[in-house]
Parts: sequence; C-alpha cells; structure tokens
Amino acid sequence: MSASQAIDRNIGAEGPKPKRFFDPARWGVYSFLIITAAYFLIPLYIVIITSVKDLDTIRDGNIFFPPAHPTLAPWFKAWFTACTGLECRGISPNFWNSVIITVPSVIVSIAVALTTGYSLANWPFKFSEGFFTVLIVGSFIPYQVMLYPMVLLTKNMGIYSTLYAVIFVHTVFGLPILTLLFRNYFSSLPVELFKAARVDGAGFWRILLQIFLPMSLPILVVAVILQVTGIWNDFLFGVVFAGLKNYPMTVKLNNMFTSTQGVKEYNVEMAATLLTGSIPLALYFFSGRYFVRGIAAGAVKG
Amino acid sequence: MNDNTAMNALGSAPMMANGRPPSVSVQGLALNYGSVKVLEKLDLDIGEGEFLVLLGPSGCGKSTLLNCIAGLLEPSQGKVFIKGKNVTWEEPKDRGIGMVFQSYALYPQMTVEGNLSFGLRVARLPKAEIARRVARAAEILQLEPLLKRKPTALSGGQRQRVAIGRALVRDVDVFLFDEPLSNLDAKLRAELRVEIKRLHQKLGNTMIYVTHDQIEALTLADRIAVMKSGVIQQLDEPLTIYNRPRNRYVAGFIGSPSMNFVKARIAGSPGQPLLLLGDLTLPLTGYEYARPLIAGTDVEFGVRPEHLRLGTGAEDGSSDPVEAVVDLVEPMGSDSLVWLKVGGQVLSARAESSQRFSPGQKVLVRFRVALASLFDATTGERL
Repeated sequence: MSASQAIDRNIGAEGPKPKRFFDPARWGVYSFLIITAAYFLIPLYIVIITSVKDLDTIRDGNIFFPPAHPTLAPWFKAWFTACTGLECRGISPNFWNSVIITVPSVIVSIAVALTTGYSLANWPFKFSEGFFTVLIVGSFIPYQVMLYPMVLLTKNMGIYSTLYAVIFVHTVFGLPILTLLFRNYFSSLPVELFKAARVDGAGFWRILLQIFLPMSLPILVVAVILQVTGIWNDFLFGVVFAGLKNYPMTVKLNNMFTSTQGVKEYNVEMAATLLTGSIPLALYFFSGRYFVRGIAAGAVKG
Repeated sequence: MNDNTAMNALGSAPMMANGRPPSVSVQGLALNYGSVKVLEKLDLDIGEGEFLVLLGPSGCGKSTLLNCIAGLLEPSQGKVFIKGKNVTWEEPKDRGIGMVFQSYALYPQMTVEGNLSFGLRVARLPKAEIARRVARAAEILQLEPLLKRKPTALSGGQRQRVAIGRALVRDVDVFLFDEPLSNLDAKLRAELRVEIKRLHQKLGNTMIYVTHDQIEALTLADRIAVMKSGVIQQLDEPLTIYNRPRNRYVAGFIGSPSMNFVKARIAGSPGQPLLLLGDLTLPLTGYEYARPLIAGTDVEFGVRPEHLRLGTGAEDGSSDPVEAVVDLVEPMGSDSLVWLKVGGQVLSARAESSQRFSPGQKVLVRFRVALASLFDATTGERL
C-alpha cells in the first residue's frame, strides 16, 4: 500500500470504526458456543421427551421426536408407585430422606465454618496459621481414605445406619473447604473495618453478626450452592452410612435402574432422574446471579 | 484493674517537663515480629490538648505505634498510659480513645446515623443520650442532611467526616488519626485539613495524627515526631524541625522542594570557622553550632532552596556573592525553582516567579549560612 492510499483512507475516518458483519473470529466463537450448548442440551431434551412418552411410543424408536400424546403418568408412577425389588412406594420417601439430610448439614456446616473462618481471619491465635495449613491439606484428602474410620466412629457413636450418621459425615467433610472459603472472604474485607468495630466496643460475636454477616450475602450464597448440590448429589455417603431404609434419592434412583425385572420402563426412569435433579437445577436457576457475584467478590474492592 | 492501680501507686505515672501529667504517655514501648523490630524502646509524652503528628515514610512504625496506643496491637514490651492510667492491658473501647482510619472503615450496611451511634448502642447508652450526641456531632461536622444515607451514597470527603464523627460521639479525651486524608484528592485533602485543625481548636482534645505528608504535619501539628525504622528521630515544634533539623535524615525528609546537600570540610579557627565547598570558601558567620566545630572535619552542608538568594541584594547572615550558572528552571506558579551549577555542584534555589532566568545564564548567588545546617559526614548528626 502506498503512502498516499493510507492517507486517503484516514481522511474519512471519524467516530467508531465500522464492524464487518462476517467477522470470522466472531462466527468462530458463536459456532463453538452453539455446539457446546447442544452437547449438553440434547441429552436433556431426550430425557424430558422420553419421560412424557408411553412405553409403546418409546418402543417405536425415534428418540428425537416429541410424542403425539404426552402423558404425565410416568412422573406419577416414579414419584408414588415405582418398585425396587418388593417395595413399591416410588421415589418420594427417598426425596424426603434427602431433604432431611441436606437441610441440617448445610445449616450446621455453614454456621460452624463461618465462625471458624472469621476467627482464623481476624482473631489470630498461636499456631493459627499452622492450623489453617492443616485445614487446607485436610480438604485435599480423598474421602475414601476416611471412609472406614468414619464407619467405626459412627458405629461407636451409635448412629451408624441412621440419617444422623449421614448428616454428621456431610457436616464434617464440608467444614475444611467452607472454612477456607469464609476465611479468604473475611481476609479480603478491609481490616480497618474490624479495627473500627473494636474501638467502638464490639466483641467477637457482635462484629461477626452485626458487621460481617450482613456483608457476607454473596459468599453465603456460594456456600449454600456448594453444600446443597454437593450433599444432594452425594451417592457414596448415602450408600455407606444411611442404611437400607434411609437411602437418599440418588441411591434409590440407582437401585431403580439396576433392580427392575421384566419390562424396562424408560419413561419412569427418566421421570425419576428429572425429579432427582430438580433441586440443584432450581437452585442454580434462582441463585446463579449471586453465585457469579460471590465468586467475583474477592476481586472487587468494597 | 487492681494491677493497674498498683502500678500507678508505685509511682510510674509519668509527668511532663512542665510539671503537668501528660494526656498520653508511651514508656519503653517495643514491638517485634520475630526478629523484625518494628518499634524500638520508644518513649513519648503527649500533653493535654496537644496536636502531635507522627511523620515518617511507610514502614517506619508510625501506624504501628498508633495501633499500640489504640490497643489494636499488643506491644512486646513497654507501657501505655492514657490520662495517667496504665491502659496497656485494656481493650480499645476502655481506653477513652476515638479513631479515624485511612479507608474510612464505615459499616456499609448502616446509615450515617447508624454508623455514628453504633459504638454508643454497643455501650448501651440511653436513647436520649445517643440522640443528643449524634445530633451534636452531626452539627459540628455538618452531617445533618446526610444522616439517613448509606456510606455508598457519600463522597470521599463526606465519608471521612462521618468517620471523624464516629470518633466524636464517643466523647473521648484522645483522638487518633491514621492517615485520614491519604485517600482523598488534593483539593479535598486541603479542605479537610483545615476542618481538622478547626475541630482541634474548637474541642481542644489531645490528637495524635499519623501521616507521611509533611505539609499536613507542618500545618496541623503543635509538635512533630519524625520517625524512621521504629525510632523517633526528632520531636519538636514544626518550625524547629524545619529550621534546625537534628540530623541528616530529618533535614532530607522535611521540606519540599527538598534541602540541598553538599559535601564540605571545616577549616579556620574555632572562633572564625570556614567552610570549604570545593573551590569555594564560605565564612560560617551567624551559624549557631550544636557543638564546637573542629577544623578538618568532613561535613555535609545542607541549605534549603529559599536560603540561596539570587541577585545582588545583601541580607543578614548571607555570604558574599558567588558566581553560578543556571542549569534548569522549574516554574511552580508562586515561585520558581532554579537549578544552579555552583563550583562543580548542582544546587536548587527558590526565586520569585517575576525573576526570569534561562539556562546558561550567569548569575550571582548568596548563601544564607546562618539558616543552613551542618551535619557530621559519618554520623549524620547536626553540628
């Protein structure tokens, strides 16, 4: 390009530089996003339409086509009457088991981790840094290593094979990562705020409850999402600690798949799967905004 | 509590030089983190109603000292007295102090009124008393229209006024300021500086103010403590610090544009000492010695830009004119800083902005030796 051409081009330049409609980089990004979305959405689509088909329609094949006459019968069957072995009470009792496990372990683990994280961040004691290091290491130890000691522990406590055992185990295993989360969040708050509150005469609990807690909504939402999804989706501890009568929903779902005799009822299984996944899904829908905010909270200056 | 009274009875309650008890007294205070000494055996007495500024670069221990006085940091050694009472082991709230922080540290979820009254509510004061004190602080600091607002809806200057108000409502004897103006822009900083000075005149409280800004220190302080590496270098009135710095460090830290330093040597007799500055010889007439000058001593000659006079007019205590060449001119509005080459050295001089100079121009310069400073070249102490 000659110098005069370059000058000519720049004479008309004014305001924003015009954008080309067929920008290859932009189209590349969009096609990648569309393919990724399809990769996750197509299986979900098949699960949903299969759950509202009757068995005859399923037998016809065409798994991609929605049914001509959708029915909610598989959903009712999954919830109330589906059988595993000899028991035919559907998945609903196990839904309630999962609720009973999740609610207390989420509340207790968050309450305890909030307090320990706060004291590690703001009330240093001798060896508190060492204690924190141990905690971090603890959060990286695989659960399987602890499984047998935990069985013995809960047996000795007399709660093995009850819902209490599952609640206890979830609470304990949630603590390291949650303490880390809260400790880092409180460390990111300006330390002068803590000092000002101390000059104003506020003590350990008042600073936590009246000053820091109201500022902790984003990180609380992160903790709740982390714990609810983690505990609700858990399979391992449910199988090991709950005992036959107290299986959470995930374990029951698996048993439905593996123990059917005779005709395999795909539609009922799909409905049960969707019911099991509905709680974490709903949680993401309603709190996704806060989740992103909480994840980014450490980076933003108050 | 009993321990405190016992210690007081033992006669460790301090007295100031004027025979009155100090408002705040720090005795033998030291603080180490492992082997790092942040404060070293520090003694400091602050009089009733005095405005003391702790001045120094970052990391010199000035904020650490303030935090120790406030009770937010535990000293490794030493005692802190406030109003004659040993408060070394007391909680911050029981020390009779109010504190203002650099980042304002307002409680974000509370209104201005909530922020002001928080400490009083913690102390369970009667509602009427809380309302009275908040109203008084709001009136003094002109915060009335802002009382119902949250801190996020305030400007930086307003936030810092609320933070000052939070110290004010506590009705305390001692105010502690930890670089309160450092987060503000230059214009607001100047405005709030005046407000703080006015507040001190009105209330007459003891105030301890930490800053790294020498203008704040010079304008606000009754006395300035210049600190370096956890040690107070000089504790004096602002003008004394400016005119008679005790050592090379204080001389270089205070003053903007900063003091010129030139390597020199003492000559002549003790009665008639001379200063050898490269090829130049200056008689030291009118200079007040801190100790007798011995011929042959290597010294650093420190002279502030305004004590180099350009032109021919002689003044009291100024030397004979010396030839110099203009190297560079920095106009600063009210005056200009003229960089000169004098006898192989580069020195800066302050000149009226009406006087015009251009690089390469030959000028005559006079040293006001009586107002200059001499420092021992090895120890840095004032001579």
